[in-house]
Amino acid sequence: MSVTEAPPAPTPEEPRELTLRKPSTRKRLVPYWLLLPGILWLVVFFALPLVYQASTSVQTGSLEQGFEVTWHFQTYVDALREYYPQFIRSLLYAGTATILCLLLGYPLAYLIAFKAGRWRNLVLVLVIAPFFTSFLIRTLAWKTILADGGAVVDVLNTLHVLDVTSWLGWTESNRVLATPMAVVCGLTYNFLPFMILPLYTSLERIDGRLHEAAGDLYATPATTFRKVTFPLSMPGVVSGTLLTFIPASGDYVNAELLGSTDTKMVGSVIQSQFLRVLDYPTAAALSFILMAIVLLMVTFYIRRSGTEDLV
Amino acid sequence: MPVLRWIRRNLVVIAGLLTLAYMILPNIVVMVFSFNKPKGRFNYAWQQFSLDAWKDPCGVADLCGSLSLSLQIAFWATLGATALGTMIAFALVRYRFRARGAINSLIFLPMAMPEVVMAASLLTLFLNMGAELGFWTVLIAHIMFCLSFVVTAVKARVMSMDPRLEEAARDLYAGPVQTFVRVTLPIAAPGIAAGALLAFALSFDDFIITNFNAGSTVTFPMFVWGSAQRGTPVQINVIGTAMFVIAVLMVLVGQLIASRRKSNARN
Amino acid sequence: MTQQQQTAGGDVRLAGISKTYGSFTAVHPLDLTVPQGSFFALLGASGCGKTTTLRMIAGLEEATTGTVFLGDKDITDLPPYKRPVNTVFQSYALFPHLDITENVAFGLRRRGIKSVKKQVDAMLELVQLGDFARRKPHQLSGGQQQRVAVARALINHPQVLLLDEPLGALDLKLRRQMQLELKRIQTEVGITFVHVTHDQEEAMTMADTVAVMNGGRVEQLGAPADLYENPSTTFVANFLGTSNLIGGEIVSTGENLVVAAGGGKLSLPRQRCSASTAAGGRLLLGIRPEKISLAHADDAGDIPAGRNRATGRITDSSFIGVSTQYVVESPAGTALQVYEQNIERDTRLVPGAEVVLHWNPAHTFGLDAAQDIDAGATSVEDAE
Repeated sequence: MSVTEAPPAPTPEEPRELTLRKPSTRKRLVPYWLLLPGILWLVVFFALPLVYQASTSVQTGSLEQGFEVTWHFQTYVDALREYYPQFIRSLLYAGTATILCLLLGYPLAYLIAFKAGRWRNLVLVLVIAPFFTSFLIRTLAWKTILADGGAVVDVLNTLHVLDVTSWLGWTESNRVLATPMAVVCGLTYNFLPFMILPLYTSLERIDGRLHEAAGDLYATPATTFRKVTFPLSMPGVVSGTLLTFIPASGDYVNAELLGSTDTKMVGSVIQSQFLRVLDYPTAAALSFILMAIVLLMVTFYIRRSGTEDLV
Repeated sequence: MPVLRWIRRNLVVIAGLLTLAYMILPNIVVMVFSFNKPKGRFNYAWQQFSLDAWKDPCGVADLCGSLSLSLQIAFWATLGATALGTMIAFALVRYRFRARGAINSLIFLPMAMPEVVMAASLLTLFLNMGAELGFWTVLIAHIMFCLSFVVTAVKARVMSMDPRLEEAARDLYAGPVQTFVRVTLPIAAPGIAAGALLAFALSFDDFIITNFNAGSTVTFPMFVWGSAQRGTPVQINVIGTAMFVIAVLMVLVGQLIASRRKSNARN
Repeated sequence: MTQQQQTAGGDVRLAGISKTYGSFTAVHPLDLTVPQGSFFALLGASGCGKTTTLRMIAGLEEATTGTVFLGDKDITDLPPYKRPVNTVFQSYALFPHLDITENVAFGLRRRGIKSVKKQVDAMLELVQLGDFARRKPHQLSGGQQQRVAVARALINHPQVLLLDEPLGALDLKLRRQMQLELKRIQTEVGITFVHVTHDQEEAMTMADTVAVMNGGRVEQLGAPADLYENPSTTFVANFLGTSNLIGGEIVSTGENLVVAAGGGKLSLPRQRCSASTAAGGRLLLGIRPEKISLAHADDAGDIPAGRNRATGRITDSSFIGVSTQYVVESPAGTALQVYEQNIERDTRLVPGAEVVLHWNPAHTFGLDAAQDIDAGATSVEDAE
């Protein structure tokens, strides 16, 4: 096509009837239909129960005569006064286990991401596979491993490690089982995969050439790690620590199986108040306090680390 | 010292392998003790080698019943959570709508909540409604806590999907249903599979929420818990070991098929 | 242009089509006719509304107002899978889980055609990919993937093929090669092609008609050579190639306009001026760099009479093989561009040398001075 005459003037914008087209209602409703069943499920079986629990926590009464809402906030005060050691213990154990998980998990995640080569998939399988043996069975195995007079205790004894840990109050004379150390050891073990997998995911995304670039720009391996690798793996560190700390803080399996009455965590208390003592208001109040503490810590932590879009 | 230098250079590898050993050690103990013949009721100290438990894995009352119940619950919970979670994930990635922030929080919160809190509050609801505790209450609870994890897994996959692929399908005469079945679903499949696998593992292994909401129904983890108080039969170790071996074998076979398919495609 | 004529056969006709997102208007009400069988390019920088326009033709975007006609049929409300229109997507959007054969056969299968083998083979032959039928998309190179995308669309014999930046992901050399290839295929199959691109060279190489878009509007429409020689706005003048624009005041009118600019007098044919030509009015004179000849100031006497002249000093020169590009500082403009063929190089033409620029007045075009003189000048680099 050839155009030889003078170029056409830009289209004059004559006023005209413009009929606006609206997207159809059916199309606009699609996301709501997709969301409805799942969200309804969460509202009814997750959010609503929390409301029920809130109401239970301010009720008074007894199992025989029934409970009634009396806005009895004293339950919270009493629960905290009586069980604050368990709360502190829970946070302490969960916090220690989280730090240990990070210290132990990071090298393994790094190994899988950068050093494993063709062994990568095998190592990954080995990290995930224990999931398929019930964690209760695996936790019971620690009873054997840490048993009095067992190999582990013997070695620690010979190296005088137990003298130090007993002095710190982590162990008792020459026992490991039924001490705080056993509980923390179990917690660390149980939640390690929850630390390693997010760490691995974020490490694996790092371009290997960044290491070379850092080395080229006069960074020693240690500096490269501090200034490049670690900052880039922060999303993994944040979600890993959350996925470890949150379940660990409410766990009572490790405390019950590997600990003693002196290592009871708040989860144990809630469980026994609810299922054995049947003091529902106290159990509900304890559970609410735990939830509030964890949510506050999580919110603060996420704000501080600046990764608010975890989901 | 060359030895010290070697250790320093391979510090990460050594530390990583030590962690791996720490993680695998209990599984090895479980495996070894599945061949034990304990004296008392508890299987915590080594006595002598025996194949008794392997010959009769269901030899303990209620053990295999609880195992089959756990597998059933895990199956249905996986199905339910995967279906509901996939729908939510698609809605979140592909559409704009009101209350997005609230919905995101509602999905994040169950993952940021200690299990015991969810367990206790759900039990409060069931008690208030007068629901009979058992299979159904456990299934409801499992779908609830697996849902968020499925959403997260599927969402990651759908987000990395090029929306133009679906546009291309529509452009090439595929209607909405055809587009979903022929293009969207196959491409999102790895994410959905990962979510489903996660849901299965979480449900099968769950103890705390189940313990609160199962009433007198006994799942496999609850059976193990009970036996820790009363006496641990060797059969528990047999089943734990078998599950472990089956899982590793399944993954390895899957890997093998995938790598063979890849090399076939290359030729 | 056929714009005013009655549409025949399978012309694509857009009548008052527009698209707004909230308060942002991506495409202002637009009238456009793409004649059947033509190779039509929508050219513009990113965000100019060209892709949105294309997607409205494909049905992937709902038009806010207006109507899309294909021939005499109103297809505005048809979903994409009911339109006899196919698209070659940006970065191809090949289905990663299907092999090449199944990718190409996709459209046929969706329309219930069972025996697709013969057609697929023929189509893969057309795009020279017969040997790759069983590969997966990720096993092909960029250029091969691009050809699969074309084959996947063309096999459906659409009335219109839409191409959305189809060569954007390819490197320069491959891009030139594929331009010729696409042009060949278009000639062979005779289907209307609507091509969206930000690369002016690509648009000019391939298309019969180019519509230059800017800010959601069509600035100018025409054959490539015509757009280049007769830009009607500063945007088109700068966006298509390079133009030297010189501001001036009309001092006399007639068959030729005489304009006072840069301390001298320049003239141009009246019909090459798209603005008002009243005496005393301001005007922007445009001249393409390759139309200008460069003479050393010492040789100024040898310049034939009747040519437009401007004096200046070379500030920069770069040798690029076939030509040398000079930047000249002159009262007419601080950085006039001049491209000289490297036939007989004058060794005195180095930075600092005093020179005289001269050109045929008939090569000069006139634009409305009320426009931004730099419109479209930098957007080429931005878009690259």
